[in-house]
Amino acid sequence: MKVLVVDPLKCAGGKNCELACSFAKTGRFNIADSRVKIHFFQESIKFVPTVCMQCRDAYCLQVCPTGSLNRDASNGVINLNQDTCIGCKQCIVACPWGSVKLDVAGERIMKCDLCGGDPACVKVCESGALRFVEADEAVSSKQRETAERYMDIAQAIQRGGETHA
Amino acid sequence: MLKGFAGTILRVNLSKGAILREEINEEWARLYIGGRGYGGKLIYEEVNPAADPLAPENKVVLATGPLGGTTAPAAGRMMVVTKGPLNGSLACSNAGGYFGTELKMAGFDMIVLEGKSKNPVYLSIMNDQVEIRDASGIWGKIAHEADSLLRAATHTEARTMQIGPAAEKLSLISCVMFDGHRASGRTGVGAVLGSKNFKGISVRGTRGVEINDYEGFKQAVEKAYAKLKAHPVASQGLPTYGTAVLVNILNDIGSLPTKNAQNAYFATADGISGETMVKKTLIKNKGCGACPIGCGRITEIREGAYKGSKGEGPEYETAWSFGAMCGIDDISAVTKAHYLCDDYGLDGISAGVTIACAMELYEKGYMPKKDAPFPIRFGDSAAMVNLTQLMGSGEGIGALLAQGSFRLAEHYGHPELSMSVKKQEIAAYDPRGVKGIGLEFATSNRGACHVRGYTIAAEVLGTPVSVDRLAYEGKAALTKAFQDLTAAVDASGACLFTTFGMDAANYAELLTAATGIPYSEASLVQAGERIWNLERLWNQKAGFTAKDDTLPKRFLTEQIPSGPSKGEVNDLHKMLPEYYQLRGWDSEGNPSKEKLKELGLR
Repeated sequence: MKVLVVDPLKCAGGKNCELACSFAKTGRFNIADSRVKIHFFQESIKFVPTVCMQCRDAYCLQVCPTGSLNRDASNGVINLNQDTCIGCKQCIVACPWGSVKLDVAGERIMKCDLCGGDPACVKVCESGALRFVEADEAVSSKQRETAERYMDIAQAIQRGGETHA
Repeated sequence: MLKGFAGTILRVNLSKGAILREEINEEWARLYIGGRGYGGKLIYEEVNPAADPLAPENKVVLATGPLGGTTAPAAGRMMVVTKGPLNGSLACSNAGGYFGTELKMAGFDMIVLEGKSKNPVYLSIMNDQVEIRDASGIWGKIAHEADSLLRAATHTEARTMQIGPAAEKLSLISCVMFDGHRASGRTGVGAVLGSKNFKGISVRGTRGVEINDYEGFKQAVEKAYAKLKAHPVASQGLPTYGTAVLVNILNDIGSLPTKNAQNAYFATADGISGETMVKKTLIKNKGCGACPIGCGRITEIREGAYKGSKGEGPEYETAWSFGAMCGIDDISAVTKAHYLCDDYGLDGISAGVTIACAMELYEKGYMPKKDAPFPIRFGDSAAMVNLTQLMGSGEGIGALLAQGSFRLAEHYGHPELSMSVKKQEIAAYDPRGVKGIGLEFATSNRGACHVRGYTIAAEVLGTPVSVDRLAYEGKAALTKAFQDLTAAVDASGACLFTTFGMDAANYAELLTAATGIPYSEASLVQAGERIWNLERLWNQKAGFTAKDDTLPKRFLTEQIPSGPSKGEVNDLHKMLPEYYQLRGWDSEGNPSKEKLKELGLR
């Protein structure tokens, strides 16, 4: 099963993901209508992307009074049924990430559905901050990176030299 | 109505405190696209070429292009167009950051600023709510502080434009800053806003951008991304090392102007290279609005006297201007000088080259010792950083340096030591070692400039074609081709770096799908040629002649003394007449009636 992996250390802040998301979902470019969001902390020059994590224990799904949020067992994605949604916004309150949002018109709930398995945001993210990969690959690639860094440090300590950690 | 464009221009008269909204002129949009082209046309029509650039009658256009606010690669650029105070040309200066994207989101393509406010003001644009507000609490603040204050006064997620203290003091090499860190650096555009008592803009937009053809645009973006991914400069060189990847490349071919271009080879250039930045200062990459490249560098100084400072940059040009050009190989000092330029809002190219000029004037005894607050010698990093600070604050000799190298060198009776064309400082490429860029410096409408026709791509980097950097043959055609395409790219709103990979067909496809105006490769490049000629015509009315299309004497007559390009000079006369001819201009550089008719300019 593929998962969306978010790595804020790699995000270059280009906002391509936000533009691409709104375009895929609404046919227009409007950052305020994007499911993924990059938060800028200008004073410390930091930017951090946040997006729905399709949580295993999903509060949005649990709190929905009309059963409009349902998990697709085949891919783990929580989908929103706009036809039965009553717009009570309790899913927005419940989401600990703030990733369930209201659209810019203030009319509809916006919830990431991973574009049905081909997320538009990932296609335009060249920094590697957003990746859509098999769950085991997501973990193993991180493990490999850490393992390599760990070995470099261990060897440097053995040599009594300076580490670049 | 045209799509791609937001459709509306904001016109702000600062004398009257009036805010007007105008529709985009569709005819101008077809002929001049947007950004540099449309903005230039507006200045051409509305500003007297003989005007004092710092008088209320001058106007400033802050322009996006029709690709701004979309996923077209790196298309969120801002172009500041005005009569430039450094040399009086039809000046335009480009910046990245996020302001352009946000302005489009708010529903505006451009802002025209005219007149002069009695007191310091800023503009607040919260979607359709536009207000001129008192800026007395922000006036005097350095750029990133002004950015914070502007957002605090309007909206946390707003994007901002501001001038720094240098522009308030009317430095002729002052910038317009965006988000506190990105600069419309060249031609002194900041001083025009300073002269109008205009401190900045805060914009927040949630209205969005419509485009003409959803499927067509989606496909055009995918094609453009594929081209950029396949290009080693856009997908590897720039993201990995930033633009300063060029330091070693240019030095290795003996074409890195060193010590005010007394040489073109700097033995310890690696100290200021992109590779060294990765080891010593880089925190992470930064991409501007919609950018898939991410050449921007977020950095911190980790050693030496300036330890603890954090900011963005340097990029290649400032690594060179404060580095090799001043004989300095200390990345910490160079980074500090770059930060100071962002803080005070100074053009980092012109500032560094002006300091290099001061160093030569001082060492040769043309600048009396009594004028210098401390010895100003090549290789002295503390002197270089301290001079940058003085230029920013306008104190002491800094006030003279802040007028650029031409006025400085002229003041001391040696204008030939200013490495400038049309009073604007050169960029980091020695035209003796790379011939075509010399023709570009000489003919650029805004004065010496590398980004009006980046022939370095072909002459040094071998893209899209590889040509002999030392040959004169073919350079006139090469320069014209780069200049015309670049003008169109600048008008579209895209970043010039996307030309590492994308070609005229890509921009034509994106523009067609976005706007509904059918562009072909040929009509796109012709729009660029039209923009080039319009700028030329206006400049002639402002007093420029063929005599101004030249290079500093040093590049024409003094051989490079050592290094890989030893013995070279630039024989500009071997390229310039052919260039005029290819442009359809007479031998005096005047556009012919036929050419103007062909371009619809007469």
